[in-house]
Amino acid sequence: MKRVVLQRKLVNALMVGLATASAVVALVFLGWILATLIRQGLAGLSVAWFIELPKPTGEADAGMANALVGTIQVVAMAIGFGVPIGLAAGIYLAEFGKGGRLSQVVRFVADVLLGAPSIVIGVFVYTLMVRPTGHFSGLAGAVALGLLMLPIVTRTTDEMMRLVPVSLREAALALGAPEWKMVLRVSLKAALPGITTGILLAIARVGGETAPLLFTALNSPYWSLNPTEPTATLNVTMFNYAMSPYADWRAMAWSAALVITTGVVLLTLLARATGRKAR
Amino acid sequence: MGIDVISERQVGLVSNESRANARRRTSLFGDRLLRAATLCGALFLLLVVAGMAIMLIHGASTALGHFGPSFLGSQSWDPVRERFGALPSLLGTILSAGLALLLAVPLSLGIAMFLTELAPAWLARPVAAAVEVLAAIPSIIYGMWGLFVLAPAIASHLQPLLSRHLGWLPLFQGPPMGIGMMTAAIVLALMVVPYIAAVARDLFTMVPPSIKEAASGVGATRWEVMWHVVIPFTRSGLVGAIVLGLGRALGETMAVTFVIGNSHHISASLYKPSNTIASTLANEFTEATGGLYVSSLIALALVLFLLTFVILAIGRILVSRTALQGERAT
Repeated sequence: MKRVVLQRKLVNALMVGLATASAVVALVFLGWILATLIRQGLAGLSVAWFIELPKPTGEADAGMANALVGTIQVVAMAIGFGVPIGLAAGIYLAEFGKGGRLSQVVRFVADVLLGAPSIVIGVFVYTLMVRPTGHFSGLAGAVALGLLMLPIVTRTTDEMMRLVPVSLREAALALGAPEWKMVLRVSLKAALPGITTGILLAIARVGGETAPLLFTALNSPYWSLNPTEPTATLNVTMFNYAMSPYADWRAMAWSAALVITTGVVLLTLLARATGRKAR
Repeated sequence: MGIDVISERQVGLVSNESRANARRRTSLFGDRLLRAATLCGALFLLLVVAGMAIMLIHGASTALGHFGPSFLGSQSWDPVRERFGALPSLLGTILSAGLALLLAVPLSLGIAMFLTELAPAWLARPVAAAVEVLAAIPSIIYGMWGLFVLAPAIASHLQPLLSRHLGWLPLFQGPPMGIGMMTAAIVLALMVVPYIAAVARDLFTMVPPSIKEAASGVGATRWEVMWHVVIPFTRSGLVGAIVLGLGRALGETMAVTFVIGNSHHISASLYKPSNTIASTLANEFTEATGGLYVSSLIALALVLFLLTFVILAIGRILVSRTALQGERAT
């Protein structure tokens, strides 16, 4: 009897120790990654990094300004494409389609798109936009990122609007509001904080994406203000620089890594904070 | 006079009515407009996924027509002689994701248990935030860190250690290079852990305190409460979380591309460089010349798309079945 009790206590102590150790492991790796990023990233960071164009290896005062602007351009276009359509689809699911057959299919399809690897979306956009036109473009990159945002925005809008109490909707209708006013001014408004969180998370996710841009937006060493031309983005530039054999390019890639991570992590924390406030 | 009054009143009534009619008409118009516009958004999603399937099948048709079903089983990947087979990339995809889950599942469940059952609130909150940050770090950062920091560390510490003690297994034979399947699986595991841990933590907090207290009350240890009460109670959700993690690991591109070494040779050793479908695409797509080469790469993308689709579907069926069992049990 005593041996059984002792054995149970030992197993318990072992498992509690292992659980604590796994939390420590996660923290150690996070610290390791962040420390590397800060140490290597700050070393290559300078004013030139933010305002100069890329230069051949060995030349001083090279920068990634075009890639920084390019990332903002492509992500902004992706927001303009993904968010309105995602909102519309989400509103349809929550307010009109509800549990009907079409909604079930659309929800399933949204999950399929959500689970599709981002590189497959890149290949799809390549076959859709790059191959027929014969050239890579920032626009194609934006469509690929927008398609990644679309299911996230759709599902969050759907879920957040279905959380709005029916009594609120009935109150609006009882006061004589037409359905469209009720949907836009009552349901959507009540769900908006939650939807904002979802959109911010979607932007953060897409801002760190590289794979779907590799063969859509491609890359460019110049400013690319025309969205039908290949557009440099921080992530793709960083990939090329990190894979290069030149020490100065690798240092610049580490700086890009630090800038991207700071942006994405801040955006994520902001989203979580607004989400908590909304709740 | 009297008639006039009546008619005036009637006039008034009519005009009121027509105004109401007009308002009803505009609101009807507004309703229809909103409904139609949002329906377009929903249909667009259908169009995208249908278009994706059609374009991928269309793009892959040259390769699939040329190689037939042997495309899936063939080991050769030779752009010069234009012979392409999916097997090395497909095996690499499944093996790296499977190994990653093997490492990630116990680790994530441990973290979730620590956060919900062991850590005091002042400690649990910052640790949970740290796990969230781990999830937010973009995959390319994991890749770069894996290539320049983790791979050399594995080559000089972990792999010699494994070779010394487990070197009789073919898994741990060969020169310790760092770059290869083992590093890819470890990096993937790190990326998947925060996703599974976050869902598992949410699930564990949903277990009613009363049933945990009941178990503690009859003398169960903390681990026994976890193993016999909390995990069975949340089983269906945990399966869903693990499947979600598997889906992410299968399709992950940048982190793997940096560290897996990109070789189309199948090897029993985890030290050897390998390939996944995603890393093959990332490395070769923009450089591919020739219709058959590009078509074979698109066929690989199609295989990956179908693979994640099937995994997602299986996960859904498992979750709904275990949920049903749970309902029946209670």
